[in-house]
Amino acid sequence: METLPGVKQLPVRTLGLLALLSAWQLLAWLLQSDLLPTPLAVLGSLQQHIFEGELMSHLGITLLRVFTSFLIAMLIGSAVGILMGSQRQWDHWLDGLLILGLNVPALVTIILCYIWFGLTEVAAVLAVAVNKIPTVIVAVREGARAIDRELLKVAQVYRLPARTTFFKVYLPQLYPYLFGAARNGLALIWKIVLVVELLGRSNGVGFQLGSFFQFFDIQSILAYTFAFVIIILMIESWLMRPLENRLNRWRA
Amino acid sequence: MTALNVHIQEKVFANGLCALSDLQFETRQGQFTAIVGPSGAGKTTLLNIIAGLDGEFSGTLTPAGRKLHMGFMFQEARLLPWLTVQQNLELVIGALPTHAQPALLKKAPELLHEVGLQGFSDAFPRQLSIGMQRRVSLLRAFIIQPELLLMDEPFQSLDEPTADQLRQLLLKLWQETRSSVVFVTHNLREALALADRILFLSVRPAKVILDYTIECARPRQTHDDEVNRIHHELLQTHPELLSGAIEQRIIDR
Repeated sequence: METLPGVKQLPVRTLGLLALLSAWQLLAWLLQSDLLPTPLAVLGSLQQHIFEGELMSHLGITLLRVFTSFLIAMLIGSAVGILMGSQRQWDHWLDGLLILGLNVPALVTIILCYIWFGLTEVAAVLAVAVNKIPTVIVAVREGARAIDRELLKVAQVYRLPARTTFFKVYLPQLYPYLFGAARNGLALIWKIVLVVELLGRSNGVGFQLGSFFQFFDIQSILAYTFAFVIIILMIESWLMRPLENRLNRWRA
Repeated sequence: MTALNVHIQEKVFANGLCALSDLQFETRQGQFTAIVGPSGAGKTTLLNIIAGLDGEFSGTLTPAGRKLHMGFMFQEARLLPWLTVQQNLELVIGALPTHAQPALLKKAPELLHEVGLQGFSDAFPRQLSIGMQRRVSLLRAFIIQPELLLMDEPFQSLDEPTADQLRQLLLKLWQETRSSVVFVTHNLREALALADRILFLSVRPAKVILDYTIECARPRQTHDDEVNRIHHELLQTHPELLSGAIEQRIIDR
């Protein structure tokens, strides 16, 4: 079996994390304060939340929201980005809206979505997607502007069907841009989903963090954060990196 | 049988530049036609019109560019870098009617062997030398057994031995498929070595100033006695060609 590409760099990355943990442990020791529990205590709390609490179900719900809004944002953002990158009129027409979209604070979109569509799942996912779409557009538009027209001529003279031209000739040129958008996208979406949950949902990691905040339960807050970081690392090394390596094989 | 009938009254670019004017010629089925003209004469423009890439001209083209089943070789190999050699070939075969595909796919390994690329079918273009990439590009043009093969100075910017190898390969594949070929070049010797017939274009706006049929039998080399003789003779009897193709070629060097 092939070793996963993420695994090779594991030692170095683990070292960095261990250094952080030791520093944290040391600091917590010195301070002896309730406001900074030791990593071990957090780990214990994490274990408790997983096996006795509801961490897994909240995490699952949050993940579902993340992926739904991520997919929606990537699809719509890519479509609009390609349109704007390849058609000048559309670029002119939508550019103002795009700048607006990039600069409206996430909080405003979230609040407006909740007010207009109620405290519903649809409003939550929509709010997240709307926040992410503009940045996807910007990245994909950049890619669409850099499309190699000479390669499209190959498709034209050999009479490739539109579908084949799009998937085999056009889209591969956008992969690096799509990957950039996806990476930044996940990072941004995680953060916004939590705020959305805090403000208007009664489950999910964001909601839980809100509850812990009210009790000043720092240990639990950190435990949930831990669970989160682990998931992100897993997605990065088992999904994003292998996929990227596969798609970039030809560059080697 | 006429393979292609070109009659371009005028081709004017958006900036007002007139590239082609009253340019007409016909080619027979299976004929190897070379088009020689100075750089910037509008040779590529002409090929683009024939290929159906450029429809903005006045005049007639039969069969219309989009209806032709054709291969095209560009000035560079222009393979899709994210597809392997095999996938690059499959891509163009995939555009043909379904019933024609299996036979062509089956021929691919044999043809790869014929052009000396056995064992490279899973290589990406970047892993190949420039000359090998051109060979794949040549194969891509021939593998679909086109009625018409358009070639836009496909061997320029190659070193002479590599270019020569590719020319031999081109002739071999052409003799097997008997496609009609329109081969654009500014290298008169290359045209003399390859073609049945040479059309000389004037400087811009281009039209055909001489339609020359090469009588001498193949195989010919770019520098063998026979080609030297015709080359010399052509320039003696048609000194006007000097102002076009030949002079420009010296400047290019």
